[in-house]
Amino acid sequence: MSLLSVRNLSVAFPTQNGWFQAVEGIHLAVNAGDILAIVGESGSGKSVAMMAVMNLLPPTARITCDELKIDGQDLLAMPAKQRRKLNGGTIAMIFQEPMSSLNPCFTVGYQIDEAIRIHLGGSKKERLERALHLLEIVGIPDPQRRYKAYPHQMSGGMSQRAMIAMALAANPKLLIADEPTTALDVTVQAQILELLLKLQQTQGMGLILITHDMGVVAETAQQVVVQYAGQQVEKQPVFGLFNHPHHPYTAALLDALPERAPAGDFLPTIQGIVPGQKDRPTGCLFSPRCTHAQVLCHEQQPALVRQPEQWLRCHYPLNPVEVAQ
Amino acid sequence: MFKFILSKITLLIPTFLGITLAAFLFVRLLPGDPVTILSGERGISDERRAEMIAQFGLDKPVLVQYLNYLKNLVQGDFGQSISTHRPVVEEFFERLPATMELAFFAILIAVLVGVPAGIIAAVKRGRWPDHVLMGSALTGYSMPIFWWGLLLIMLFSTTLGWTPVSGRLDIINYYFEPVTGFMTVDAWLSGQEGAVTSALHHLILPSVVLSTIPMAVIARQTRSAMLEVLGEDYIRTAYAKGLPTWRVIGIHALRNAMIIVVTVIGLEVGTLLAGAVLTESIFSWPGVGKWMIDAISHRDYPAVQGGLLFISMLVMLVNLIVDLMYGWINPRVRDGK
Repeated sequence: MSLLSVRNLSVAFPTQNGWFQAVEGIHLAVNAGDILAIVGESGSGKSVAMMAVMNLLPPTARITCDELKIDGQDLLAMPAKQRRKLNGGTIAMIFQEPMSSLNPCFTVGYQIDEAIRIHLGGSKKERLERALHLLEIVGIPDPQRRYKAYPHQMSGGMSQRAMIAMALAANPKLLIADEPTTALDVTVQAQILELLLKLQQTQGMGLILITHDMGVVAETAQQVVVQYAGQQVEKQPVFGLFNHPHHPYTAALLDALPERAPAGDFLPTIQGIVPGQKDRPTGCLFSPRCTHAQVLCHEQQPALVRQPEQWLRCHYPLNPVEVAQ
Repeated sequence: MFKFILSKITLLIPTFLGITLAAFLFVRLLPGDPVTILSGERGISDERRAEMIAQFGLDKPVLVQYLNYLKNLVQGDFGQSISTHRPVVEEFFERLPATMELAFFAILIAVLVGVPAGIIAAVKRGRWPDHVLMGSALTGYSMPIFWWGLLLIMLFSTTLGWTPVSGRLDIINYYFEPVTGFMTVDAWLSGQEGAVTSALHHLILPSVVLSTIPMAVIARQTRSAMLEVLGEDYIRTAYAKGLPTWRVIGIHALRNAMIIVVTVIGLEVGTLLAGAVLTESIFSWPGVGKWMIDAISHRDYPAVQGGLLFISMLVMLVNLIVDLMYGWINPRVRDGK
């Protein structure tokens, strides 16, 4: 049984021109100790889907889901209050902007202590020891001093480490990292990523890594989901995805990687932008930007075909394999 | 820290000079003069009139009068009241405790009601509690304070008979010498049974009237500060951490919103002292506000000037305290220097 299983999750937001479908029928399954990467451009609904799992979306959002289970517990049947308690306990999340994700008015220590107190309890001394231990394992030098520091006194990398320490406070079984390195310096990015992977292994957590960096995916994940305009378009184990991408969108993303581009030429890009609320095509959502699109693609939306090892939403897959039909 | 306070105080000097000039000119712009009012309806002879004008120094050019006034101020002499012949300082500080007591209770009520109202309105944004609270706040803010005071007196004092119409104490049943000038404190010090209750009983209606406008402003500002803060990333973090809603709103959001709210409270203290002038007149409250009104109607130049100066100094002092409180509330300011 998987640690997290999500079936047919959709999220819509009310706008002045009706509902905007941010996430459309996505499925997820993460086993304990697995790393799942979700990739896609900005606006593809990666973060929104994960926030829906954490119940962090504003009450105006319309969330529908056939199944939402974490560690065997049915979240859909649970009152909001009880669900909140799982946050930070069973399932934790870190965010894109570490600097603004910490409360500027409280010390880092106070904010970590809060998470420990609410999930684990214990005496003041025990909690302090745990907090210092956490700061140490996320690689913050001089934890005693950093415990008393305010967020504005720390760098972005340090803040993200503190956020990770906070997320680990109650030994979560699943950690969702929403573009954890996007806002950081390139040198720090690698360190944070390395730290996340190390902790994922030592703690035996499941890890969902939301990113738009294919390089990060190649180095870390076992399974990769590619998301486009709120839909999942492809899922494969990382090796297969990089070597035999089936969806033209995946292939285009990979082609845009500098290390894969032919030397001395312009870097290939994907023309156009992700469709918004008003310009959603009738056929395949990627069809206006797809270099392989044919008549059928513009007329009819392909369904998501799910097979054990790979999922695909495309009429004319690339690198066709025997399973495609 | 000391340097910080010193730099703030240095800034106050030009402000203070500006206020002396404004106060000095404004009272002289009023039609009439103290001598005409002192001489009453039957009037006095021209010789006597000239003599009195010279006595108050009003025969000299305005600029000379102003420079003389400044010279005396520097020596700590705020002048004598024309109508009572007593030093302005003495008269002002005799009445200040009554005003401070009223202002203190008013700001207490304004904060205790306004801040929670603002929080509730922000959390229930767009739903009926928000509309009810913000509608009431707008009504309270727009209402002329003297009219509101009279309405409350009509309802609670005249019709229902729950509160006294005016004054600070039931003087038929209680008497004690002022010690601090704060009636509630003096009543408590006197040890007379029921005196404190009587003092509070007299205080309640004027405080409520005086608190109305600051309460409305505080409620509206708290709401907007909370709305801004509730959209911040760290609020999402707090929810993701599994904190209960009351903790996220009451601790994580409120602490940040307070940075703005404290500024507003500080500014409202100024409004409060201005409002006290009207409130004190309506309730015959023997404070500086009522004293100022009397001084103005007597064209008592030194008293009006002195009163304005002291009140401005109080407002400046409150703002200095607010500045100092920033450091305590907002850790980012603490390291700023």
